[in-house]
Amino acid sequence: MAETAISHAHDAGHGAHSSTGLSNNKLGMWMFLGSECLLFGGLISTYMLYKGRVNAGPQPNNIFDIPFTSVSSFVLLMSSLTMVLAVSAAQRKDERNMNLWLIVTALLGATFVGGQVYEFTSFYREGLGFTTSLFGSSFYTLTGFHGVHVSVGIIMLMALVGMNRNKRIPGDRAEVVELIGLYWHFVDIVWIVIFTLVYLIPS
Amino acid sequence: MSTATEHPEETEHTEHTEGHEAEHHGLSDKQYIYVALILAALTAIEVSTYYVDFGPFFMPTLFILMTVKFVTVVSYFMHLKFDNKLFTYLFYSGLILAICVYCGFLATFKFFLQKG
Repeated sequence: MAETAISHAHDAGHGAHSSTGLSNNKLGMWMFLGSECLLFGGLISTYMLYKGRVNAGPQPNNIFDIPFTSVSSFVLLMSSLTMVLAVSAAQRKDERNMNLWLIVTALLGATFVGGQVYEFTSFYREGLGFTTSLFGSSFYTLTGFHGVHVSVGIIMLMALVGMNRNKRIPGDRAEVVELIGLYWHFVDIVWIVIFTLVYLIPS
Repeated sequence: MSTATEHPEETEHTEHTEGHEAEHHGLSDKQYIYVALILAALTAIEVSTYYVDFGPFFMPTLFILMTVKFVTVVSYFMHLKFDNKLFTYLFYSGLILAICVYCGFLATFKFFLQKG
């Protein structure tokens, strides 16, 4: 009886472990991130193909505000640091610091998204709409998809903080924080590529 | 009756906790800050290519910096360097597949554009 109870508890918490001894949740997250490479690869290559196709509206080199985007990139990079500090605190069971770093990460992410909204607004005012040119369409699609990913990450971070306060995180809390951290870092590495290929390399 | 039988969740939690501590890997908080500072410095060099003329080294510099930053975040912040190799294979196989497919895709378009 006792063994059955323990076995049930074991299944509830560790049932997500595969025959390799690794967590299925983590395996699933890495597979998801691998597939996301294909999604962003498609969007980046479409942009690379179309960035020179400007029949109307402003050219990429005339519209990009590199100092502003550099600051945004720095903010997102620093959010990766705060995220890894949250994961580290979760592994130490330091709940206070974990919550603190998760909130700081969400705030930095929100700053980045706010910057992107500002950038899109100013580009639109300068004459670059979604259908103005192939460059405009591919640029807004690529950076917009990335912005949506960051926004989803912010929602996950805030949900995590809320669930942690209500003690409603199922299973291993440190692993849940780590999985969301993996997603967040992925969003950061995608921006590392976008920043170089889209903003810094002239068309 | 043992406590473990009465509170199986606690036993499970304790076991998992111990297991996780045994699994705990990666860098210390201080080392993560050093890595972030290195990444910030690399970003500053990247941005400087916009203002300073790097001549023929412009593109190689940007690509090398981008790759170094990418690998650093994946290895240290995402813990791939310290984690099971299977995760590395899963992630990099997706990445390499993406690079190969889209290099082929871009090359094909370039080819047809030249023919046209």
